[in-house]
Parts: sequence; structure tokens; C-alpha cells
Amino acid sequence: METLAVNEAALEALDQTVEITADEMDKPEFKFDKTVGSIHSENPRMVMRNVNVHYGEKQAIHDVSLDIGANEVIAMIGPSGCGKSTFLRCMNRMNDTIENCTVSGDIKLDDVNIYDKKQDVVTLRARVGMVFQKPNPFPKSIYENVAYGPRIHGLAGSKAQLDEIVRNSLERAGLWSEVKDRLDAPGTSLSGGQQQRLCIARTIAVSPEVILMDEPCSALDPIATAKIEELIDELRQNFTIAIVTHSMQQAARVSQRTAYFHLGYLVEVGETSNLFTNPSHKLTEDYITGRFG
Amino acid sequence: MQISTLLLILSLIVLGAYYLGLRRSLQVAGRPGKRKHTLHSLPSYYGLLAALWSGIPAALIIVFWVAAQNTVITRLVVDALPPEYIASVGADELTLVINDIKNLASGNIISGQSGPMMQAAAERYLHLQSISRLALAMVVIALAIAGMAVIWWRITPGLRARNQVEAIIKAALILCSTIAILTTIGIVLSVLFESIRFFKMVPFTEFAFGLDWSPQIAIRADQQASSGAFGVIPLFAGTLLISTIAMIVAVPIGLMSAIYLSEYADKKVRAIAKPLLEVLAGIPTVVYGVFAALTVAPFVRESGEWIGLSVASESALAAGLVMGIMIIPFISSLSDDVINSVPQSLRDGAYGLGATRSETIKQVVIPAALPGIVGGILLAVSRAIGETMIVVMAAGLAANLTANPLEAVTTVTVQIVTLLVGDQEFDSAKTLAAFALGLLLFIVTLCLNVIALHVVRRYREQYE
Ligand SMILES: Nc1ncnc2c1ncn2[C@@H]1O[C@H](COP(=O)(O)OP(=O)(O)O)[C@@H](O)[C@H]1O
Ligand SMILES: [Mg+2]
Repeated sequence: METLAVNEAALEALDQTVEITADEMDKPEFKFDKTVGSIHSENPRMVMRNVNVHYGEKQAIHDVSLDIGANEVIAMIGPSGCGKSTFLRCMNRMNDTIENCTVSGDIKLDDVNIYDKKQDVVTLRARVGMVFQKPNPFPKSIYENVAYGPRIHGLAGSKAQLDEIVRNSLERAGLWSEVKDRLDAPGTSLSGGQQQRLCIARTIAVSPEVILMDEPCSALDPIATAKIEELIDELRQNFTIAIVTHSMQQAARVSQRTAYFHLGYLVEVGETSNLFTNPSHKLTEDYITGRFG
Repeated sequence: MQISTLLLILSLIVLGAYYLGLRRSLQVAGRPGKRKHTLHSLPSYYGLLAALWSGIPAALIIVFWVAAQNTVITRLVVDALPPEYIASVGADELTLVINDIKNLASGNIISGQSGPMMQAAAERYLHLQSISRLALAMVVIALAIAGMAVIWWRITPGLRARNQVEAIIKAALILCSTIAILTTIGIVLSVLFESIRFFKMVPFTEFAFGLDWSPQIAIRADQQASSGAFGVIPLFAGTLLISTIAMIVAVPIGLMSAIYLSEYADKKVRAIAKPLLEVLAGIPTVVYGVFAALTVAPFVRESGEWIGLSVASESALAAGLVMGIMIIPFISSLSDDVINSVPQSLRDGAYGLGATRSETIKQVVIPAALPGIVGGILLAVSRAIGETMIVVMAAGLAANLTANPLEAVTTVTVQIVTLLVGDQEFDSAKTLAAFALGLLLFIVTLCLNVIALHVVRRYREQYE
């Protein structure tokens, strides 16, 4: 299990387009002062203050504060290795599964600290769902993939109710018409884009409040990507969404606010339209004009 | 010249051929710096090609020569004996005489008397032998040098040495795998033919469906009770009983320890526990057998008596328990491998939905790994069926048809051993029965292995 995790980290490192090393921090152009732009949101759902994350000795997130508003899509962008995934994984405590990872600071969901001792991660993750970079359907049928979450959380009282939840989730993920005749087929038999929508259906089947998406389209072709982006826009009606993406066009298309991360620091955050047309920080400008990343 | 000296000389020539081939290729290519031609292959390939050409034919000649030499020389010696003498002794006696000649030649004591004729024959034998050795040495050395020379002349910058060397190596590889396959086929065929002989004496139906196994066929014709019973059912029942007990022990323990090691144990525990568990696989089965017979069997009997059960001093239970322990590492290390190869992203997916660790393992990881685990278990079953030592020592030899694990039973493999131990000719139904049992066992384990490999392969396709 450990070796797998390490291998994946290594693979991810291979994927990186830009290698940012620690000594780049010492370069004169990067002196972090404070986050530019408003970290606040009028109607906050998740409130994060002074979050620091360490992997062993190594600090991956430095003192990040950010609000995520209800029914908004917030995009997190930045060069590879800048800590976007790490930050995202703090929001549903997925970092708990990594052995040497420590998180400090305040992360609140609807005014309750999710890192509180009394907080049960099982219920937390039912409220804050997650969609991963690579589609990862379980080795079960399409139906069972979607029914899995409701089953473990005991959300359905009867078979009919469960059927209804499955159908509803698949419809909302825009997959129902494509799979309704083969719900018993294995989830792995679908195409990549369909698998990712199945994973989204699986996530929304437990009716979360927040959905975290970590580069959900990076393994998909442009048509499948367009479908998912459309879906994200629809899901905004009912869910709060935080999406990590390496595509600035995607961030511009789907999000209302955008946060730019650099070497574990939150450099700038603001209205998406504003941030892309008129970035305030030099680093943000460099990044979105393609100077690096 | 001794064969060993010859081999030494040959290897020196081969080394020389390598060096000369290398030099020659550099020579035809011209000096470094002002190369006239570019070589097709790296220089070492030219050296290798020369070495192979000088070594392989010579080595083949040595092998054939040594194989044929004895027959040819004997033939020549016999031909030189006076024809009246050959006519006076029969064919049987002639082989004795030939033996005497050879013994005389090597200075040993002989059975007959050594007349001048025998002395002459022995001298002739020695003489022919030394001629043969000398001739072999000359042929081999000439061939080796000729092979080297041929390549020497053929080396040009355009010679595709790499391709040729690779072709020769490929041929050698094919030869090796052919040998392995032919051996297998040979074993199967010999078992098959002996079995057919057996089925001519004992009808197949009686063998396959008979409920009685007592193969005590008379060794001498005048012996009483000269009929045996060859019903294989009790043996298979015994095998099944013991294997079942073994699997009941091994599957849960092996699987649980694999789950613990791969999902729960931290790195330090894993680094110690896993090799320790695998040490179990390295213990010779005869040691397990001793353990079963001297420790486990008495323990089973005593504890059985203690709760008021009568237990035979050799019991299926004792053998099965120990065999189960022997099989644990197979199951645990195979399962550990497949569980580890379940992608981390699947676990993340389950955790991300709020599944607990045990839910994730039970409902996602194990189902994903199941085909591989089943394959591992099937391989372990065929291992259990083929196991002999433990059963011989702990379960006894009595062919009881019973489902009671407290009684003595016997298995197919054990009966094969007991049938063949001792001094019999391989033509009675008793000894031939061993081949029929072997054939049956082979077919059963083959089927299991085929199924297991098929299952494992299907699993592989899914996650790579
Ligand atoms: N499991 C881990 N153990 C140790 N270091 C990690 C681990 N995961 C990520 N990191 C490190 O934390 C930093 C941020 O990684 P990550 O959050 O994956 O970046 P991003 O998603 O922005 O590419 C990187 O330097 C990475 O090497
Ligand atoms: Mg990432």
C-alpha cells in the first residue's frame, strides 16, 4: 500500500510539466507576503483559516486561508506540485489516509470544525464527496457502484428507494440514458468519460453538500471533458464545488472564483473573470500568460 | 589425449577465435580516426560469431563421438575374435566375454579364464581406444580451427554478425525449451503407456469406481490370495479428506494474514513478519512430516481421548492440520501480492465515499483481488493433493473409505510410494497400478492448474 502510494506520487511527478524546486523559493521574484484578493465569500460553506500541511518534515501548504461559498464553483490552479491536491484533500480529511501527513489550522464546514476529535470522518466524507483524477469505478456493476455509498450510509430504506437514488444520481450525472439498459454490466466496461461520470454519480448518490474534484478531466478526451464541464455547471444548483484543474480554459469556463497556488502558498484569489483578465500578482500573471506551467 | 585436456584445448581455441574475430573486424574497418568502413555490428559480435562457429561444431562432434565410441570399438573387437569361438559361445555368453575383455583391459579381475586370445582382444581394445581418442582430438581441433578460419575469411564490414549471433542464440534457446517440453511429454507418455498395460489387467471401471483398495497381488505364482483389489475411490476420498482439512486450516489463516500484512501492518511489522511467514515455505516437507507424526498426531489423539473420542494413532486430522500449516505461506504470499496490486485509487474512491477501512477491504479491495486469490487457492490445492511425506508419516497406509477425520486414511501419492517401494519387476498389476494412479493424479492437478492460471490471467488483464 505504501509502495503504491509512493509510486503514484512518482508517476504524478513524471507528469508534471514544470518542476518547481525548493530553491526556487529563494529566488528574489518570489517573496510571499500575503494573499492578494478577497479570501472571503458572502455565503460561506467551508471556511479555512491558517491551514498548514506537512508531509513528514516537508511543508506542502503554508498558512492558507480561504472561504468557499455555497453553490459556487471555485477553481484551484497552479503549477504541478504546488499543493492543490493536498489542500483539496484537507477538506474531507482524505489526508488522514496518508501516514506521515499532518494538518493544522481551522477548517470548518457549516461552522463545525471538521478536524475536531468528535467529528466522524465517515459522516464528513458523506457530506464532502470527492471525484478523483483517474476514473476509479469499483469492480462491481454500474448499479452497485452508485448504490455503494447509499448502502454504507444506510440512506435507502427499501430496494425501491435505492433504485430511485441510483436512477436519480445517474440522471443528474447525465449517464442514465446511456446505461439504463445495462445497469448490471461492470462499471469498468464503460468508456473513460462515462466512468468519470459514473464516479460523479456515485459521489452525488450520498447527497453531499460539497463536492471536491481533483483534475477530473485530465484523463479524458475533449468531448468527454466538455460533457463533464457542462455537468459541473448544472451541479452548481445543488452543490458547492471545489475543482482542481491544470487547464486555465476549464477554470475560466466552469468556475465563479479562482484561487492561484504557488509552492504551497495561496498567492491570489478572486472572481474568475477578474483574475484571468486582470491578475494583480506578478506570479499569477506569469502563470496565466503561460510564462510557466 | 584425455577428454578433459581436449575440452581445455577447445576452450582455448574458442577464446582465441573470439579475440581474432574481434581483431579482424577492427582490421577490416580500418584504424580508429580514419575509418574506411563502418561495421554492421559491434566488434564483439564478430568475435562472438567466430567463437560460436569454432566452438559449436567441435562440441557437437565430441558429444556424438563419445556416445558412439564404445559401441564401435566393442564391435571391432568382437569382429576380430576367431569366428569359431563366437560360434561356440551363445549370444548371452558373448556379452559376458565382452565384459571380461573390458575388465581385462582396465586391469580388473575377470570372471572367466584369461587365455592368450582374451589377452589379445584386451590389447586390441586398448589400442583401438587410444586411436579413437587421438582421432577425436585431431578432428575436434581441426574443426575448431576451420570454423574460426571460415569466419575469419568471411568477416567484412557488411557481415551481419549481430543478426547471425542472435539467430544462433535463439536456436539455442529454442533447443533448451524443446528439451524441457519433450521431457514432459516423455514422462506423460511413459506413464500413459504403463497405465494402459495396467488397464489390460484390471478393467478401467473397476479401477475408477471400485470401493476397495488392497493391491496385495501375489509375487510368486504359487502364493495364496493372488488377487488384489484396485478400487481407487478410498484413495481419492482420503486425498480429498486431508486436502479439505488442510485448506480449512490454510485458507482463512493465509488470507487473514495477507490482509493484515497488506492493509493494517505498518512498514516495520511487515518487513519482519512477511519473510518470517515465507520461511514456512522453505521447510522441507519431511520435517513437517516428523512434526506431524511425533508432535501433532499424539496431541490430536490425547486431546481426542480427553473429550472421549477414539482417535487412531495416525489420523487424517493430524496430517491435514500440518499440511495446512505448510500451505499457509503459499496462500498468504500470493494473496498479499494480488491485494497489493489493487490500485490505490480504488481504495481512495471508497474512502472518499465515507467507507471505513474494514468496509473498504471487505467490499472493494477483496472483491477486486478475488480472482487472483482464487487462483492462488487453486494452486495451493494442487500442492496439497500432491503432498506425500506428511501423509506417509502422519496419516498411515490403511485405505479406509471414511469421512471421519479421526481415522487413519491414505492418499493417492502415498500409495504410489508404497506400491513401488521394494524389489518387484515392473510387470505385475501391483506395480503398474502406481502408474495408473500417477496418471489420474496428473490429470487432476493439471485441470486445477489450468483453471487457476486462467483465473489469474483474467484478473491480470483487468488491472494492468
Ligand atoms: N503522499 C505524499 N508524501 C510526501 N509528499 C507528498 C505526498 N503527496 C504530495 N506530496 C508533496 O507535496 C507537494 C504538493 O503536492 P500535490 O498536492 O500533489 O500538488 P499538486 O496537486 O498541486 O500537483 C509536492 O511537493 C509533493 O511532492
Ligand atoms: Mg494533484
